[in-house]
Amino acid sequence: MATFLQVAFDGLLNGLLYALVAAGLSLIWGVMDVINFAHGEFLMIAMYFSYWLGFIWKIDPIISSVAGGAFVFIVGALTYRLVIRRTIGKSAMSALLATFGLSMLIKNICLNRFSPNFRLLQDTLLGGKTFNLAGIIIPVPQLVIGLVALALLFVVYRLVKKTRLGWAIQATAMDKEAAELMGINTERIYLLVFGLGGACVGIAGGLLPSYLAVHPEVGALFSLIAFVCVAMGGFGSIPGALLASLLIGLVEAFAGFYIAPVFKYVAVFGLYLVVVMVRPRGLFGW
Amino acid sequence: MNTTRKMSRKDLFWLGLLAFFAVIPLTPWFSHSSFAQHVMIQVLLYSSMAQAWNILGGYCGQTSFGHSVFFGIGAYGTGMAVVKFGLIPWPGILAGAVIAAMVAVAISYPCFKLKGHYFAIATFAIVEIFNRLFMVWYWVGGAIGLDYGFTEPGWKNFVWYQSKVGYFYGVLLLFVLVFGIVRWIEKHRFGFYLRAVREGQETAESLGVNSTRVKLSAMALSAFLAALCGAFFAQYNYRVDPPMVMSLDMSMKFVLITILGGLGTFYGPLLGAALLIPLQEYTRAYLGGIGGGVDLIIFGLLIVVVVVYQPRGIMGILDRIVNRIRRSEGGGK
Repeated sequence: MATFLQVAFDGLLNGLLYALVAAGLSLIWGVMDVINFAHGEFLMIAMYFSYWLGFIWKIDPIISSVAGGAFVFIVGALTYRLVIRRTIGKSAMSALLATFGLSMLIKNICLNRFSPNFRLLQDTLLGGKTFNLAGIIIPVPQLVIGLVALALLFVVYRLVKKTRLGWAIQATAMDKEAAELMGINTERIYLLVFGLGGACVGIAGGLLPSYLAVHPEVGALFSLIAFVCVAMGGFGSIPGALLASLLIGLVEAFAGFYIAPVFKYVAVFGLYLVVVMVRPRGLFGW
Repeated sequence: MNTTRKMSRKDLFWLGLLAFFAVIPLTPWFSHSSFAQHVMIQVLLYSSMAQAWNILGGYCGQTSFGHSVFFGIGAYGTGMAVVKFGLIPWPGILAGAVIAAMVAVAISYPCFKLKGHYFAIATFAIVEIFNRLFMVWYWVGGAIGLDYGFTEPGWKNFVWYQSKVGYFYGVLLLFVLVFGIVRWIEKHRFGFYLRAVREGQETAESLGVNSTRVKLSAMALSAFLAALCGAFFAQYNYRVDPPMVMSLDMSMKFVLITILGGLGTFYGPLLGAALLIPLQEYTRAYLGGIGGGVDLIIFGLLIVVVVVYQPRGIMGILDRIVNRIRRSEGGGK
């Protein structure tokens, strides 16, 4: 029973990390109907950013994560300005393909500059610490990321649902022309949404180097899992993405522990296929 | 009347192009450099792959990111025949292609009801599932893959060691087959059905086109041809393993070469491969010194620029140039 609880808890913590990565993607998808294929690379950039800050100036990832969020906000906004803006109104796949090109570009620049070596920050405030709660071992860095994920998802959700800016974002998502007629600067909304999406993944990436090694391919799997979380949750629904991420974390942990480690992603992607066969627009989609 | 004349001129160009490829091995540029041979073989292989994808993705408008699965099944078909069963590759090539077509129909039948991004992500998921399963399927070699032993070179075993000319004619045959089929489709009823489904599925259905059947046939044909390309790839590299043939990167090559050349056009896949493959091979050979990944940096940048500025690819650029020349000629008169 203790093992079962431990596996479940690890799965939930991992699920919260996926939710944190998926939140930005979900926001962008919901508002602009764009899949940002470079999302995992945004995560990687933030991880490198935080790693180098920690390595050179000994800044702890907890502080770097804020800087990482700000940095990737700028990266996201620039991506929107230079690439995404020009694909809007073209075929649905063009933004996906352009961001795929961008992800190749970023990944290989990092490969070229930083080499494919795995890098992990030593002696961080959180790294390597665990505590025991009623027989379940809880790793501190994962727990902190999980709590940050919950807080951030709550903030983003509130922002979209309850503030004037959020209403403007929702209006833009529903009908761009009508929103413009109401005096909303949709161009600025898009820029902001892309930046915010980047900032969410930037915060995640900033925290990660305290327990996950950085390397140029680190974003690839996170991208795929985030796509699956967002699509499974349903078109731009943040609660849906959270639920899907937790499900995916649990399925991954249980399949990895009780079947075989290699089957965890088979189970995760299989779950997606089963869910969209039953609900072609995701769990919370309409 | 005008259109038939235009068609025949297009066919003449096509035949001329084939004649050009057929005599390439006779030129000293080709016969003296095995690197040039390698580049030419890659160009023809990747253009055939892209064209196979183009049937479904370009003409029929269904963007699949799952073609490396079919490519991989083709590669494993011949690999299993040669390595596991000790046969000649030919029955394995055929079996692999038929199995790939059947798998394609089986997995795409439920997936075609998904729309847009949900379909795209489903095809990603399928690639990942196949990749991981083949990694642990020890009967087909698992993660280590299948390694070819030495056999007698020649057409019977479809391997050559000394020279690549045999491979060149082999891939030329594949190229003629794939492009020939697409040329035929373009002019016949099935091709019009494909484009009708792409332009508007509801409209096509209202005119009596069975869109599910059209999409499934396009998928089966596309997967069959992709599997043949995979078989050639295995024979050419003397080995098969899952990350080599069944990966997202391989899937994206099918898509990106076509996009780069021109989606849904006959010469697009050839132009895309003819630009990209030499660029990739030569940057890898000459710029490898400044660190890894330079070829992919250029490739990534090229994709971004093409998708953003000229979504119709190289064919779009050529069209624009031709139009400008025509207009200036008209102005001169």
